[in-house]
This record gives sequence, structure tokens and C-alpha cells, in this order.
Amino acid sequence: MTTTIADRRIEDAGLEAGIARLTPEKIQKTIQAVLAGEGGARLKTYVETCVRCGMCAQACHYYMSHKDPSYAPVAKVRQTMWEILKHKGLVSPEFIHQCAQIAYTECNLCRRCMHYCPLGIDTAYIMSFVRRICHKLGVTPQYIQDTAHSHSATMNQMWVKDDEWIDTLKWQEDEARDEMPSLRIPLEVEGADFMYSVIAPEPKFRTQLIYQAAFIFNQAGVNWTMPATPGWDNSNMAMFTGDMEIMGRIEMAHFATAQRLRVKRIVMGECGHAFRAIYDVANRWLGWGMHPVPVVHSIEFFWELLNSGKIQMAKKYPGPVTIHDPCNVIRGRGLMDKLREVVHAICDGVVEMTPNREHNYCCCAGGGVINCGPPFKNVRIVGNSIKAEQLKATGVKTCIAPCHNCHGGLDDIIHKYGLGMELKFLGDIIYECMEKKGAS
Amino acid sequence: MQADQAWDWEPGARTVLEDATACAAPHEWTEEPEASPDGERLAAVANLGDGRFTVCVNAEPWETDFEKAWYLRFSPDGRLTAVTMEDGMWTVSVDGESWEESFDFAWGTTFSADGGVIAACIQSEGTYGMIVDGTPWETLHENANNFRLAADGLHTAAAVQVKSLGQADIATFQQGIFSVAVDGEPWDAIFVNCFDPAIEQKTGRAAATIRRSLYDYSVAVDGKAWDAAYDCAWGPVFHPGNGQVLAPVRKKGLWGMAGDAGFVWNPAFIQCHHPQFSADGATLAAIVAPSFGKFTVAVNAAPWSATFPVVTDLRVSPDGRTVAAQASNDNAAFRVLVNGSVWPGVYDMAYGPVICPATGQVAVRVEKDGRQAFVLGGKAHPETFDRAFNPIFSPDGAKVLLRGISGKAYKRIVAPVSAFTG
Ligand code: SF4
Ligand code: SF4
Repeated sequence: MTTTIADRRIEDAGLEAGIARLTPEKIQKTIQAVLAGEGGARLKTYVETCVRCGMCAQACHYYMSHKDPSYAPVAKVRQTMWEILKHKGLVSPEFIHQCAQIAYTECNLCRRCMHYCPLGIDTAYIMSFVRRICHKLGVTPQYIQDTAHSHSATMNQMWVKDDEWIDTLKWQEDEARDEMPSLRIPLEVEGADFMYSVIAPEPKFRTQLIYQAAFIFNQAGVNWTMPATPGWDNSNMAMFTGDMEIMGRIEMAHFATAQRLRVKRIVMGECGHAFRAIYDVANRWLGWGMHPVPVVHSIEFFWELLNSGKIQMAKKYPGPVTIHDPCNVIRGRGLMDKLREVVHAICDGVVEMTPNREHNYCCCAGGGVINCGPPFKNVRIVGNSIKAEQLKATGVKTCIAPCHNCHGGLDDIIHKYGLGMELKFLGDIIYECMEKKGAS
Repeated sequence: MQADQAWDWEPGARTVLEDATACAAPHEWTEEPEASPDGERLAAVANLGDGRFTVCVNAEPWETDFEKAWYLRFSPDGRLTAVTMEDGMWTVSVDGESWEESFDFAWGTTFSADGGVIAACIQSEGTYGMIVDGTPWETLHENANNFRLAADGLHTAAAVQVKSLGQADIATFQQGIFSVAVDGEPWDAIFVNCFDPAIEQKTGRAAATIRRSLYDYSVAVDGKAWDAAYDCAWGPVFHPGNGQVLAPVRKKGLWGMAGDAGFVWNPAFIQCHHPQFSADGATLAAIVAPSFGKFTVAVNAAPWSATFPVVTDLRVSPDGRTVAAQASNDNAAFRVLVNGSVWPGVYDMAYGPVICPATGQVAVRVEKDGRQAFVLGGKAHPETFDRAFNPIFSPDGAKVLLRGISGKAYKRIVAPVSAFTG
């Protein structure tokens, strides 16, 4: 069945309030300024070279789940950017609502389609451009906009206040000392080998992950630190709303914190989009050709700890398990082999899902989609039935996903489709099964 | 860091503490040590067991111990501070004496330039502010961050939340809920965001980068915003002579430096941040990127010719004659830059140049192959350390105080400038 975006309009306080402030003339003025000033040339090339072959359709989990051509990557572009360019930006407020709904909630910026396009067209780039326009027009979904506000006001995604961050680390240190009396979460240690950074949901909801990481690092005897100042949150929802200025400010704070602490590198928790922000996007907005401080994702760091013998497994996690490849660290960084080496080292029996590695299907939470909140929850769950089929086909009950967003997205899919699977971070398994010589 | 003539400036090396991890009380461990500015004391937090902590100074514990003690910092005048907690309440302890009042949380101790004033951030029953030499702000706020203490210690400032915000209430946020409080009292003006407040010495005037809407960045001085709107802006600075406020701002994708009358440095840079004035205001330097991925320092708008992937730690001497910074590539291959020229040494890490206020000479603590050392004017001192502290010039600039730990021993070395020969 073929529908259009208009057939599936969803009400959202942010989008409705946003379009209520617009007129076609205002829209045109803003769009023309963005096109002229912010890389309209690359966009134009993509639009002009697309041969409308539709080969990208099968790449997109939304299309594969709905089998509705209007969800194909090229259709997302057709319904947004092509129209915008055709009308030189003179479009209606309602049309902008449609653009926002497609760009923020029907595309995870997962870049799978780029691998299927014979011309290498990066639909995610085009959708990011549409988001930038929507941000400039003030038409963004309420919940993700709130996270961007939080970032601007606190430099973290969840309104965590300066003292709450430190307090949480002190509390986790206390808790963990019951298990390992000598454990420390070293704060503000100048010259440590690495700064460990996490995303704001960790101090807010998933403190166990901070505990586990601290335990693993203490057991490994590594020289690490965490900052006691803003700049600790490596996540970046402003990158996804299209607020590049706040995106840059967040990353400036993050890198400046690492530079102030004189660490050799930043090791980051199991999050994908944060890696993309730091490794690829925000650093460039700030004018750096590469990140100014090397950034190492947990997959790679755990790989180092296991390979150097700094941590040893007392036992292997009883499998079978399957591996979900998070887009931003697999397609974005090529960590698929290291991820497998880590999983094989810590688990018995790995059942690969198909397709996998750089061809894996997205969790449908990433790209800020899950952060758009309740109004769009069903869209991303129904829009990823292909993922449910893929998970089910493995026949296993444990899925390892080294990414926060993936956990959120997969968890919803597992529930909705009654898959009865449990999700694990690498850190969960390493902590559970490692040798704990320092424990009391 | 201003050195004191009264310190021991007799050239030579002295071991201050045979064992840098020593603590005379029974203890489980000691933490990362801090050295006093004069080099005579080495201090560390010690875990006494049973969940108790104290601070050891040259191995001697403070008389008091605490549930928690951390963030050990020497003020520039040599007083030793720690953030401490007892019965679940936090405060700052100075040389073992806790400030009278304690709070639900205290953190982020800072000092005036001469160390005479000590300030920290506090949270009391969910409201936020600062405490200065033991006296908290009279007015606390729903939230506060970007805390500042003026260099002369006379005033404090922070970005403060002056209106409540419901969950996911994006409309109220965009109408503005933030202001800047000086000594606790907020400006009348409210903005969407307030970033990076700066305080003028003596007068206590405050300036901050503001966002008036999601798209409109500008600067406000004592609550009055500039008319001009920019695409983005970094934190402002006060001209020390005439009080003019300048800030790096972005327009049409390029950064320059602006005051309330418009650009004073044309927007010609891919990036421009960390502006800094000399004491007389005649020299203004900033870190800039003349083109993508190529960073350097601009002095009075003119960029140096040598560019690097990353430049940090800009310093300007009081007389403006020396401008120094450090460069790196992928957080390695650190170089030291002084007045546009590059020292020959390449290091695994550099800890920020230190300019002698008297002579303009530059010294830097650096690290190579896991050893830390000191370099002056491009030449190294022969001594190396496992861990060292930043160099301090003698008041006349003829000597440099080197402090560091090698093996177990903590040493202080007074090195004449002529001893840097490497
Ligand atoms: S969700 Fe992924 S595959 Fe689908 S259009 Fe977006 S980037 Fe392409
Ligand atoms: S595969 Fe590439 S060229 Fe073909 S329709 Fe999709 S984007 Fe256009």
C-alpha cells in the first residue's frame, strides 16, 4: 500500500506550536538563507545525481517493515527536499510539519541506505539538512527540543545539575566500595591516561553502568579520571534537532574538559550517537579537521583490556547470544570485528543475525527518533517489524547491543513483538563474568 | 601564580618529603598529591579506613577527619583547601578548619588571583549559589552554573535560573528563564540562556554571552543586551583599561571579535575563541582558525603564520609583549608557540605555558616517554620527574621553582635560568 506523509500526520505540541507561527513568506526567507549559507551545494549535487532507481528502498527498515514506497529513502527526500527546492522554499506551514515528521521521526540518520545507493547518496545528510531547516523555523518535536534546551542550559541532556553529577559519582563510588573496598572513581585527576565520559541517562537512570565501568577500570588497574564539571556528558541531541550552535558548544565543553585534565584520550561509554557527535560531526563544526583528543568507544576499550590481559574472564557468559551492530560505531567507525572479538571472548555461543555488520538494520531509536517521545513511539516500533523478524530468526534469548539508544529501541520492539529476549551491554557481561580479584 | 620574594630562592635541589605517599596516621591509601606554591609542602587526601578521610601535609594528618574529603587545592597564597563532608553535609575546609556553615552540597573551590579570597559553589535545599570565604549568597536560585569569582576576589557571578520550568515545557524555556546573578542578585533582564559570565575587577560589572531566542546570540553587560544579533558567540572579556566588552561572535559562518558597536576584528575566521587582554588592554589575543582545520593565535586580529591542527592554552603577559600557547595534533606532538615562533621540542603532552611577568620568558612543564620535565625558552632542565607541578618564576625572573615527584621522593628545585641547557 502506498500512503503519503499526510495520511499519517501525528500531533505534537512542538510541531503544532511551531507551524502556528509560520507563513509561507517567513518559511521561504529562512530556507533560502539556510540553502545559501550552509552547504546547499552538496545538497544540490545529491538531488541532481539521484537517478530515482529506488535501490535504496530495501535498505530502509521503515520501508522493509511497512512495504510502503513512501517510506523509501528516496521518497523521504522526494516528499521534503525536492519539493522545497522545486518551490524555492515557498511552501506552507503544514508542509513544514510534514517535513519535520519525516526528518525527525521517520529517519534514524542510520546511513544504511547510502550503502545501497549506486551513487553513494547520503540520504541521512539530506534529512539532517531538512532538520536544520525545521530547527531554524522552530518546528521541532517537543521532547527532543526539551533535551536540546537542557543541553544549552546545563551542557547535559537531562537537566542534571552540577552538584547532582558529582553526588551521583560519589554515591556510586560508595556503593561499589561495598564490593571492592579499594575502589575509586577518580575525579579531576590531571594527567590521567583517559577521561571516561558517559551520557546523561547514566547518572539519571542507569547508575549501575557507572558502577560497573568503575569496577572494571579499578580491576584492570588503569589510570583514569572523570570530570567534576559540566563537559562530562558526551551525548548531543542538539546535533539531531539541527541546533548546530548548541551542538558545537556542547562538544567544545567536552573537549575543553579533556584538554584541561591533560588526558591522553577520551573513553566513552556504550553509546553510538555520542560517538558520531564527537568523532565526526561537532568537531568539524568547531573547525577541527579531526577530534582534538582521540575518542575511543567502549567496544574498542574493552577489546584493549581483554587483549592486554588487564581483565580476565572468570567464566564465559552462557550463550547463545546474538550481536546487534549499532549504526554509529559500525557504519560510522568500523568496529564490527572488534565487537565480535569482544563478544566471542566473553560469551559462549554467538549466533549472528542476518544481515549483520555494516548491513545490520537500525534499532529505529537512533538519530534522535526515540527522543521525540511518546507521540512517535508507535511509529518507530511498527516501523521496525523487520528488526523483530531479524531478532526472532536468531532463536536466541540474549542480544548484546553496545549502545544506549539501541537498548531503548530494541527493548520496545522485544516487548511489542513478544520476543522474550533480554538485552545486555558489554559492560553488563564483563562485570558479571570477569575475575574479581579486588572484590572483598 | 605570583611568586613571593620571601620563599627560599637559594639555587639547588632539596628533597621535601622522602615518601610522597606517606601519612603518619594508619591509613588505607593516599590520593593524588598537590604541591604548595612555594614547594615546601606536599598534600594528599588519605583514606583512614572505616570510611573516614583526612588530609596529610608533608605526611602529617590534619587533626580533623571527615566522611569525605576531596578536591584538594592550594590557593595561590598557600592555604590548603579541601571539599569535605560530615554527617551528610558539605563545606570547604581551609588548612584543616571547616567553614562554619555546611550545605547539602558544596563543590568547585576557586581562588582570586592572589589567593586572598576563596569561593565555592553551594546547593542548599535544592537552591543554588556561591559561598565566599564562608559567607553564602543571600539569594539562592533554582539552578545556577557557570560560576565565576572575579580575579580581584571582590565579586562573584553565575548564570542562574530565575523562573521555574515544568517538564518538557519548551514554550516557557524559549520565553527565557535564565539571568546572571552578581553576588547572588540577578539582573532584571531574563534570557533564554546565559553563558560564560565575566566580571570586571574593582567595579563588579558583569558581562555574559546570551541567547535571546534559539537563533539570536549576543552579549549583555549588567543586564543590558547589545542590539546586534549574531549566529553564535563565545564568552566575553573586559578591556582592562576602558571597560569595553568584547566577545568572539559568528556571522554568516565566520568568526570575528565584536563590541557593542560592532566588529573590532572582522569576521574572517573559521573559529575564534578564548580572547585575552594584556593588563593595559593594548594587546588582545585569541585562538583562531584562519582556515578549516588550521589553528593559530591572532594578536590584535593578525594571525601568526604557523598553523596547527589544534591550539590551546593561550597566555598573554601583563605587558602584552609575550603571547604564548601550545599546539598539538591528535592530542600528541605538542609544540610550544611564543610570539609566532615554534620551539623545536615535540612532546607527548604539554601543561600550558607559564609566562614570567617580570621578563616575559616562557617555561612549560612537558611530558615525554612517561617522564615530566621543564623547558624554558625551548631548552630543557636536566631533571625529570614521574609527576611534576607547573613551574613558577622568581619575582625577578632569574630563577624557576620546579616541583616534582621522582620515584618516591618529592623534590623542590630552584633552578637559575642558566640551568636550562638541554
Ligand atoms: S532510516 Fe536509515 S536507511 Fe532509512 S532513510 Fe534514514 S538513513 Fe536511510
Ligand atoms: S538508490 Fe540512490 S540514486 Fe537510487 S533512488 Fe535511492 S538515492 Fe536515488
